[in-house]
Amino acid sequence: MRYILLIYTSEEAWAAVPHEEQHAIYQGYEKVAREMEERGVMRGGDQLADTPAATTVRIREGEQLVTDGPFAETKEQLGGYFVIDVDDLDTAIELAAKIPGARHGSIEVRPIVEG
Amino acid sequence: MTDALGAVERAFREGSGRAVAALIRATRDFDLAEEAVQDAFETAVRTWPERGVPDNPEAWIVTTARNRAIDKLRRDRVGRAKTEAAAQIAELESIGDDVHEIPDDRLRLLFTCCHPALAMEARVALTLRTVGGLSTREIARAFLVPEPTLGQRLTRAKRKIREAGIPYRVPPRDVLPERLDGVLAVLYLVFNEGYEATEGELLRGELCDEAIRLTKLVDRLLPDDDEVTGLIALMVLQHARRTARTDEAGDLILLEDQDRSRWDHEMIDEGLALLDRGARRPGVYRLQAEIAACHARAPRPEDTDWPRIASLYATLGALQPSPVVELNRAAAVAMADGPESGLRLLEPLADALDRYQPFHSARADLLRRAGRDDEASASYLRALDLTTNDAERRFLTRRLTALQGA
Repeated sequence: MRYILLIYTSEEAWAAVPHEEQHAIYQGYEKVAREMEERGVMRGGDQLADTPAATTVRIREGEQLVTDGPFAETKEQLGGYFVIDVDDLDTAIELAAKIPGARHGSIEVRPIVEG
Repeated sequence: MTDALGAVERAFREGSGRAVAALIRATRDFDLAEEAVQDAFETAVRTWPERGVPDNPEAWIVTTARNRAIDKLRRDRVGRAKTEAAAQIAELESIGDDVHEIPDDRLRLLFTCCHPALAMEARVALTLRTVGGLSTREIARAFLVPEPTLGQRLTRAKRKIREAGIPYRVPPRDVLPERLDGVLAVLYLVFNEGYEATEGELLRGELCDEAIRLTKLVDRLLPDDDEVTGLIALMVLQHARRTARTDEAGDLILLEDQDRSRWDHEMIDEGLALLDRGARRPGVYRLQAEIAACHARAPRPEDTDWPRIASLYATLGALQPSPVVELNRAAAVAMADGPESGLRLLEPLADALDRYQPFHSARADLLRRAGRDDEASASYLRALDLTTNDAERRFLTRRLTALQGA
């Protein structure tokens, strides 16, 4: 079976964590990632940019609606994902708008932090 | 001395737009560009009053700001950032000294600042700051928000541009019309923010001038777009009425009661000439400008071509269906065919516009003219309930008192 492990944390609380403690937590991430690699189960993973860098794309009545921020409604649940490597946000939005989910749900476009 | 400084400030602001845009293109760093141009401004304040404004202030600003940016990059960037800084310095050095040779980057900057992935209030603030060259303090005062709030809004917007990878370019042809609409919407919002503020605040009126200046810039950089000229025409035709719109107390004077000799006829001529150019496919701004032109052309209120205004609103409503447009159409129909015809068109809008103050004040006005005084009073009261603007409140109270005294 393949599983996706989605990491939900508070950006606000994280910003208040002292630097050394943040460092220790990052090491924790590296440790578990290493274990996944050693056990041969790692299929990928990334740190995402904070939500202020997010953009939401929806198609309603044939019109493309682009908004600032992550605005999934509470009645919408995460149902899948694509990882793409493109030149800029415009290209990401263009492709996001072609995902069928954009017509009845919303697609959050979030940058991946480059290592 | 103050005058000399004022002259430096004006000359500088006129000339600094291209410098900011050129530096952002070269470095993609909004803060660096702004700081460098600010440093150049401080040098100008020191040297221009003595030596006089340079023959070509624009070229002086670009060169001075570019050199400041290079100095800053050499001084501040260490370690890993050094490679990036070297690339930025090379880009900055490739900006020549001859301003005529430098591509005008302001249009790209405008599209970046008005990108749909930014919140509307961020687009407005960023456009006024970076393309318009207004200070954070000026923008904060004009929008009645605390300066730190506005500062944070700008910081977040710049961070989003960087982190989310918002491109720095004029959008390709297939999305250009749609994205241009977005730019014009920002500029019209800035204009309206200045136009609808009837309370004293001088700075807010300057937002109108700024919006007109920026829209004319779009027209120069992207010529022959009917909607761009339509928006300029709309803005100048409305702005031409600015001094006749309020009395000494700052109270609103209705179009029909304005002293038309106080309209700015030079501006009206400018607006009408833009409309004379014709349009292939009249868009929403063009249509609204045509409506403003009907008022501008009428020497007296009774000369207004109301049937034409009603038909322009019908075209506008077909293009952009909205209860507010329908409300305006009803008001024009009332002027052309009598208040009862207008009232019939208003009835279906009652639900949609129940919380919209202008609906109730327009309805009150038509009821008053139809001689239905009791219903008119009730509508004025409802409008008063919904109003947030002091000048409007005084106006509605006067109307209500006159009605009840009659």
